[in-house]
Amino acid sequence: MNTLTIFKRELTSYFTQPTAYAIVIIFGLLSTLLAFTIGNFWAIADASLHGSFFRYHPLLLMILVPAVSMRQWADEHYTGTIELLGTFPVRLGSAIIGKFLASAVIWALALALTFPMIWTVNHLGDPDNWTIFSGYLGSFLVCLTFLAVTTLVSSFTRDQVVALIASVAICCILTILGWDPVINEIRRSGSDFAVEAMTKIGIYSHFFDATLGRISFSSLIYLFGLITVCLVGTNLALRSQRA
Amino acid sequence: MIEVSDLTKRFGTKVAVDDLSFSVKKGEVLGFLGPNGAGKSTTMRMVTGFLPVTAGNVEICGISMIDNPKEAKRKIGYLPESAPLYNDMTVIGFLKFCASMRGLSGSAKRSAVEKSIETCFLQSVARQSIGTLSKGYRHRTCLAQSLLHDPEVLVLDEPTDGLDPNQKLEVRKLIKNLGKEKAILFSTHILEEVTAACTRAVIVDQGVIVADGTPEDLTSQGKGSLYDLFHKVTTSETPAA
Repeated sequence: MNTLTIFKRELTSYFTQPTAYAIVIIFGLLSTLLAFTIGNFWAIADASLHGSFFRYHPLLLMILVPAVSMRQWADEHYTGTIELLGTFPVRLGSAIIGKFLASAVIWALALALTFPMIWTVNHLGDPDNWTIFSGYLGSFLVCLTFLAVTTLVSSFTRDQVVALIASVAICCILTILGWDPVINEIRRSGSDFAVEAMTKIGIYSHFFDATLGRISFSSLIYLFGLITVCLVGTNLALRSQRA
Repeated sequence: MIEVSDLTKRFGTKVAVDDLSFSVKKGEVLGFLGPNGAGKSTTMRMVTGFLPVTAGNVEICGISMIDNPKEAKRKIGYLPESAPLYNDMTVIGFLKFCASMRGLSGSAKRSAVEKSIETCFLQSVARQSIGTLSKGYRHRTCLAQSLLHDPEVLVLDEPTDGLDPNQKLEVRKLIKNLGKEKAILFSTHILEEVTAACTRAVIVDQGVIVADGTPEDLTSQGKGSLYDLFHKVTTSETPAA
């Protein structure tokens, strides 16, 4: 019940400010633009959207997700409203989940608004829509992971800019660790263990499998594990700051 | 209704509240006085369950804040020191949100919001964005959220801070009236408020109670001046600036 109340407040708050609108539009425009330019959508005839469209999502999301959610807890600290929340008869976990879900809805909406891409490939040919759906699911999981990282980081500071910079840095590391050009460079240096570790820790390989329609159980465990660790960490961080 | 026993709060090696004990009964308005940094807000944050205690106990209407915080918090209305609010909401939207958080719904929620708007004279700004409100209205909006669920206990941290003289008078009258039916703990820097609104007052210095009594008792202890008593008991151990 309280989770729902906080969820509604947060969601309304996103729509009363221009930031969420701006970022949803920017994501839609940039992801489409990248697909038709450096993604070579026409040249590679990419019906699954794997190589032209989804490929660049983590690179956009690692910056845009923290930009939407940097204020999540930083603003509560800054305005002092955390004191109100802390004296309402609710569990802190309800507030964390409510805020997290509201941000998740914003990203579900941002992804949904790229539907013209699905319409385009279906208009041009006969794509495997399950693979496209799997790609969207992979993108959404990346959003949730970056969102959880931002939630955790914003619980440590009252400064939104600090929350943004630190969250982008962590999301950037998580993305780059598994990114093909970086992995290939490490492979050339001959360290198989490093390649293995980076592929497992970085989110790119997990995401890439999803865009090919192969979401593995271990990828789901890893991403949901990371999300859970961040949200539990947020709870512990907020509690410890009061002690 | 409020039973505070042997309450202690340490931040690292600093002792903010040192073995503090007091109680507030129904129909009593307890003024919590003290210089800046005396431990007033820290005590109030522990009483309301925002800060965990280092040692001691807080009971609200017989419910321990340490063992059963969720139930104890239901009994309290709290106005924090800086009157924090969500600036992106309207006054009525904020009060509806707080009422929902307090477990109110349907017609009970509607009437609670209407009543608190009326009690705190917020009718003219009810649909206005909080971000555009003056300090006085912000304070009253935060006070209104503390009254929504008609709590048995009110904890008000400097409720008249930032208000103009007329608003101060109104809020003091409101506290006095509410105090007939509730137990109220409120902190202030303004000594006149003790005689204007309190049935009893304690003076806190460096986390310890240094004076306790009715406004009349305290005034006579200060040989006719509450200010003299405050000056005497709170500056004795404070190094000169």
